[in-house]
Amino acid sequence: MTSAPPLNLLDEALGFLSGGGGGGGRMILVEDCVETTGAFILHHLLKRSLSPHSSDVVVFLSFAHPFSHYDRILRKMGCNLVMQRDNKRLLFFDMLMLDRLDRDKGKTSADLLLALYGKVQKAVEVCSSPVDTRRITIIIDDVSLMEVDANGSTNLVLDFLHYCCSLTAQFGCSLITLNHDDVYSTMDRPTLLLQLEYLADVVIKVEPLVTGPATDVHGQLTVLNKGLQDGPGKSRNKVNNFQFRIKDSFVEYFYPGNRS
Amino acid sequence: MAANKPRSSSFSRNFSAASNAVSNTPGLKHGPNGTMFLSSGIPDLDKMLGGGLALGSLVMVMEDPEAPHHMLLLRNFMAQGLVHHQPLIYASPAKDPRGFLGTLPNPMASKDDKARSHDTEQEKGLRIAWQYKKYFGEQNSDSHRDSKSEYSSEFDLRKPLERHFFNGQNIDCISLKDSADLAAFHDRCSSFLSQTPRNNGNVTSARIAVQSLCSPQCEFSNKEWEMLSFVRSLKSVIRLSNAVAVITFPPSLVSPAFSKRLQHLADTLVSVKAIPDEDKELAKLLTGYQDMVGLLSVHKVARINTQVPAILEATTFSMKLQKRRSLILECLNQAPVDGSSGTSYASSGSCSGSSKTGTLDF
Repeated sequence: MTSAPPLNLLDEALGFLSGGGGGGGRMILVEDCVETTGAFILHHLLKRSLSPHSSDVVVFLSFAHPFSHYDRILRKMGCNLVMQRDNKRLLFFDMLMLDRLDRDKGKTSADLLLALYGKVQKAVEVCSSPVDTRRITIIIDDVSLMEVDANGSTNLVLDFLHYCCSLTAQFGCSLITLNHDDVYSTMDRPTLLLQLEYLADVVIKVEPLVTGPATDVHGQLTVLNKGLQDGPGKSRNKVNNFQFRIKDSFVEYFYPGNRS
Repeated sequence: MAANKPRSSSFSRNFSAASNAVSNTPGLKHGPNGTMFLSSGIPDLDKMLGGGLALGSLVMVMEDPEAPHHMLLLRNFMAQGLVHHQPLIYASPAKDPRGFLGTLPNPMASKDDKARSHDTEQEKGLRIAWQYKKYFGEQNSDSHRDSKSEYSSEFDLRKPLERHFFNGQNIDCISLKDSADLAAFHDRCSSFLSQTPRNNGNVTSARIAVQSLCSPQCEFSNKEWEMLSFVRSLKSVIRLSNAVAVITFPPSLVSPAFSKRLQHLADTLVSVKAIPDEDKELAKLLTGYQDMVGLLSVHKVARINTQVPAILEATTFSMKLQKRRSLILECLNQAPVDGSSGTSYASSGSCSGSSKTGTLDF
């Protein structure tokens, strides 16, 4: 048996433990922008959840990319999604085409999201039988596209996310969502983004360097970890700041100016 | 756990069969990560984007409200498709979109013209007397050049595309002015794309060009969410088929949040900008200012099947009309330029710009 994957800066900032544990029952929000995508964090967390040392289950709601895209990326990182799907450890909902087909049958977007939640809830309930203690992670790959599918009805999306949040409380599963920060920057009161940030336990902000793109530093991350427990009755917020460089099989994280 | 060990290696070899089929298809070539490229019709743009436009990607062009430079990109994109006999959909808010086909440029005929114009970096390494170059080229990289010229042609913007390119082609022109909603247009696109299935042994690709999606002539231009869901579903249809769509939109006419959403939807994002005619400051700063017609910036390059971002050497390029007929893109030259690196315009002998080289205060 190989040893657990080593922790990198991101894992430490997220509060994962070196044994592969930690980080259950939380909500993580990833915010990115046009110039720098935050999808690589989802890949990392997906790989982490599906690591052979745990028996965690991932429910993946894909709005942005088809399965083949993720399969190719994760295969390079050393994780075979097809096999995980066959092992029922990955439940992949491809919302790219499904949505369109259903809509033609005259369903409204409220019906669609409700049906989707039904599927998610069922999947979670099946996986979390009292016998085994498998942790479940729900990953939503683009909340802003969900908004598009809901025809701009922020309330529907928020309802959906609230339901998912209630699952985290009920079954102890984690929720990881990706959203685009810059879409809301010109809005007066971006309800969706504000509420997401309020609900999230960890907010990861992905930004390009202010000096523009570079080959050896692809951008910077700000990880805001809310409510760390420092012993009984004490909690604090922690902000971590570092830079990253994305490669095919992994991502290098380092503190500014500290690249080895 | 042991079951996880013998998973298939990441070095997959199974493209070799497909690649043979593809290499025979003109106008397509293989990119990394199992993607395939087709040419944008501008060789310089292909080079910048790492080979071309990836099949299955959505390209967005942000227009400049003051100048129709996006039309240059669209024209070359469409003409390239017709040269390669690829099916084409063109949609525009104009009343008679078919008329636009008459303005498409014709591929440049003479071969030595082409060889001279875009092999500047070869010249840098090795300077040979001009008249011997054709022997050298034939000896050295004959097959290479042949395949390259087939993949992307250079276009002569002054000559209209010859009639025979239109014959027997699957060209669909749609006026967005007539249709009240985008559902009909989407259905037309998806039925059009379903005629070109993806995993066919003989790969054919299709092109979709949409001009000025959000322009106020269209009835749906105030329904932002409808347009977004159109673009989103078009994107997912394209992803699963062998097509590339280029959509241009005017960002100044839509709300900033909407524009950002469109930019997020794009796989490849490019913006064009006109440059003011008499900008003394800029003229001093950049060499070859007189020949420039505009600036082109690349904001995002399609990342299909990979998580590694494409980092370009430069993101802003100048668009120039070489000899007033072929569109080329060049890095902005800010430093003083001697004759060796500026071949492509130094040799063109532009009537007005010859005094420019070397008058820089840097």
